[in-house]
Amino acid sequence: MVYLTRKAEFAASHYYHNPDFTPEQNRAIFGKCNNPNGHGHNYTLEVTVKGSVDPKSGFVVDLKQLKEVMNREVLDAMDHRFLNKEVPEFATQIPTTENLAIAIWQRLAPKLKAARLHRVRVYETPDLFVDFYGEA
Amino acid sequence: MKAYLTRRYLFSASHRLHTGDMPDEWNRETYGKCNNPHGHGHNYQLEVTVSGPVDPKTGMVCNLVDLDGFVHSEIVERFGHQNLNTLPEFATEVPTTENLCVVIYEILRRGFRHAHLERVRMEETMMNSFAYAGGAALRD
Repeated sequence: MVYLTRKAEFAASHYYHNPDFTPEQNRAIFGKCNNPNGHGHNYTLEVTVKGSVDPKSGFVVDLKQLKEVMNREVLDAMDHRFLNKEVPEFATQIPTTENLAIAIWQRLAPKLKAARLHRVRVYETPDLFVDFYGEA
Repeated sequence: MKAYLTRRYLFSASHRLHTGDMPDEWNRETYGKCNNPHGHGHNYQLEVTVSGPVDPKTGMVCNLVDLDGFVHSEIVERFGHQNLNTLPEFATEVPTTENLCVVIYEILRRGFRHAHLERVRMEETMMNSFAYAGGAALRD
């Protein structure tokens, strides 16, 4: 088994708000992130896939295909977007880094062919990142 | 859905690697420059990884305010700008980054209640790092 990681960057805005909470609860729990006008981050995405090395190509996965899937499923949908308003998953979920990693996993996992998804890592800043391994 | 959240922190501290249990010559040979009696310092990069189910109400594994508050008061304030050799934690142990990693892991394990502690990783310099998961194998 060999693991391969591909990185991508995207910039997006978001805010944290749960309509079931009172305005005071939202401010207390989410702090500055509750500003309804949103704020932004330069996200770095790391997608790690695993598989055996194809003896003919020497590849775990065709990087060009992986890049295309990442571009289509993630970057086209999220880069330079307001996540709460423009990405359907976040109509009902709060676009935290945790939920972003899960949403990206769910977008990518069914689209990968030869290699299996191992890990999605999303950096919100260089000092904060979330890993998701597809665990229930 | 279980997710793993990692936060990085920075603090600076000095130390000297030396054990009174062994002769000076052994200390010089084993620790080299790090045995300099006057000590030396590092900018330590600390990474704390916690895990748990993502709370559907908040979208979070744990609130960063809680994690940052705990790490700042219990770790950064305690070790930042200190000579590690003078602290009670290192009265009998050599303040290598291995031992520092274990000490910090134990502080978090005993005191941090908002999520499950997975791992503590420390970069002593850009060239070397250490990780401790309470004896469990590391997940990558």
